[in-house]
Amino acid sequence: MNYELGLYVFMLAAFLGFELIRKVSPLLHTPLMSLTNAIASISVVGAILISGDKDATTLSRVLGFIAVVSATTNLVSGYLITDRMLKMFKKREPKK
Amino acid sequence: MSIFQALYIAAAALFILALKWMSAPATSRRGVISAEVGMLLAVVGTLLRHEIVNYEWIVIALLVGTAIGIPLAILMPMTAVPQRTAISQACGAFASALIGTAEYYRLHPHGFTMAALTIEILLGFLTTTASLMAFGKLHEILPSRPIVYRGQNYVNLGLFCVAVIIGGMIIANPENSALFPFFAGLALLFGVLLIIPIGGADMPTVIALLNSYAGLSACAMGFALDNKLLIIAGALDGSSGFILSIIMCRAMNRSFTNVLFGGFGQLQTYGGTTEAKPVRSASPEEAASILSDARSVVVIPGYGMAVAQAQHKIRELYDALTKRGVDVRFAIHPVAGRMPGHMNVLLAEADVPYDKLIEMDDINPELGMTDVALIVGANDIVNPAAKNDPSSPIAGMPILDAYKSRTVMIIKRGMSAGFAGIDNELYYMPNTLMLFGDAKSFVASLVKEIGAAVLA
Repeated sequence: MNYELGLYVFMLAAFLGFELIRKVSPLLHTPLMSLTNAIASISVVGAILISGDKDATTLSRVLGFIAVVSATTNLVSGYLITDRMLKMFKKREPKK
Repeated sequence: MSIFQALYIAAAALFILALKWMSAPATSRRGVISAEVGMLLAVVGTLLRHEIVNYEWIVIALLVGTAIGIPLAILMPMTAVPQRTAISQACGAFASALIGTAEYYRLHPHGFTMAALTIEILLGFLTTTASLMAFGKLHEILPSRPIVYRGQNYVNLGLFCVAVIIGGMIIANPENSALFPFFAGLALLFGVLLIIPIGGADMPTVIALLNSYAGLSACAMGFALDNKLLIIAGALDGSSGFILSIIMCRAMNRSFTNVLFGGFGQLQTYGGTTEAKPVRSASPEEAASILSDARSVVVIPGYGMAVAQAQHKIRELYDALTKRGVDVRFAIHPVAGRMPGHMNVLLAEADVPYDKLIEMDDINPELGMTDVALIVGANDIVNPAAKNDPSSPIAGMPILDAYKSRTVMIIKRGMSAGFAGIDNELYYMPNTLMLFGDAKSFVASLVKEIGAAVLA
């Protein structure tokens, strides 16, 4: 298990995250939160790996199934509402 | 390198680009698309892995999740965005807790992997119940006032220590699965207890912090499954939530510990001078004529605007005044509302151009030159006691300097104190006019009066 490399990746990604998020305008903090929340639903990857594995037990199938459902819920609703919010940010009014 | 690894790397790059593009409104939608494509690549890449043989249940699960997720996103009104974020967070965290549980029972791994799994499960279960509690408070199913009792922090701390000790025992001896249900139960319970003492106005910080936990849980899963993509995406989410909660804390001049363990706004130990001081109030007609004669107006929205759903009427007011040549802008306090940036989203929903939404530090120097500061449903964030009264519970909290404007108008239902339970001296200042009424209907009558004045 190569966890040293994992820790390096974590450290770099965390610093990168800090730098990127700091630059986000407070105007967009709500959509930013719902976007990062949607990105965190990357756990769907783990859920698929657990439930689809060839030697998965019944328990891990069941738990994996529930996990895929709830991660996908998070994923789909997170992305859709972020886009819905961002669509509303306009500079000038469309109709006068 | 197999195809899924290439797709994972591309997905990680797209997530990073997504956050980069989120920095400005002009590129933000591109950011969402980039994150969506990233996620798609990650899911497709995973499905292509050779160890995945069992597709039908996965596809069914993906479809069920989508079927729940779409209405959750589309039917939610914009005022409910904080609740939606909380519930979605609960789903994500629950997923990662379950995955950890499944991994544990299947492999009983040792050493580093087991430690990562323990962290994943702890954060996952804790965030699940904490987010559900936050949802309850935000949706007002549960009382949004903090619930505190004597020795609460010791109880919480004690529980947390027990959870950590049991976690340690599981790491030391993974085969001992009898302990596991206790560990999971404690994590779930701790999530509930963590949110009980937190009040509605502290929700921005807490929601952001829970966001961070959900990310870290995914990150720990990345370590347990040796999956770098999970580590990267989790770390991005973890740092984003963390940074936002720091920004929120700073905007209230409070520390993390104070927000989490302070039970703020419960004990009204602050010397409550309850004698009736005179206030000046004004009718819609009077207020409308002052507003139309002003050169510059700054609107200061707060959570009350969201509750009253007044944002659309405020947009109409903005239109009516702008048409008369009044310069109207909006001053946004970082912690106004129930989640970071809440006010911006509501005003954007109502079609207020975003370049009129000004941050606190940029608008404060100009409030002294403003004719009218119109406060809608905000209280503590404009309370001068934060500056003048060192004994006030909100002392030192940065505020919007509404009191410096020539006229201050406050739309409010009655004279009740704000969230922090503190009287607001702004109400009694000689240049203040109280506009008593429901925010939405009052602003509507202002719009009507201003329109009538144009016709006359």
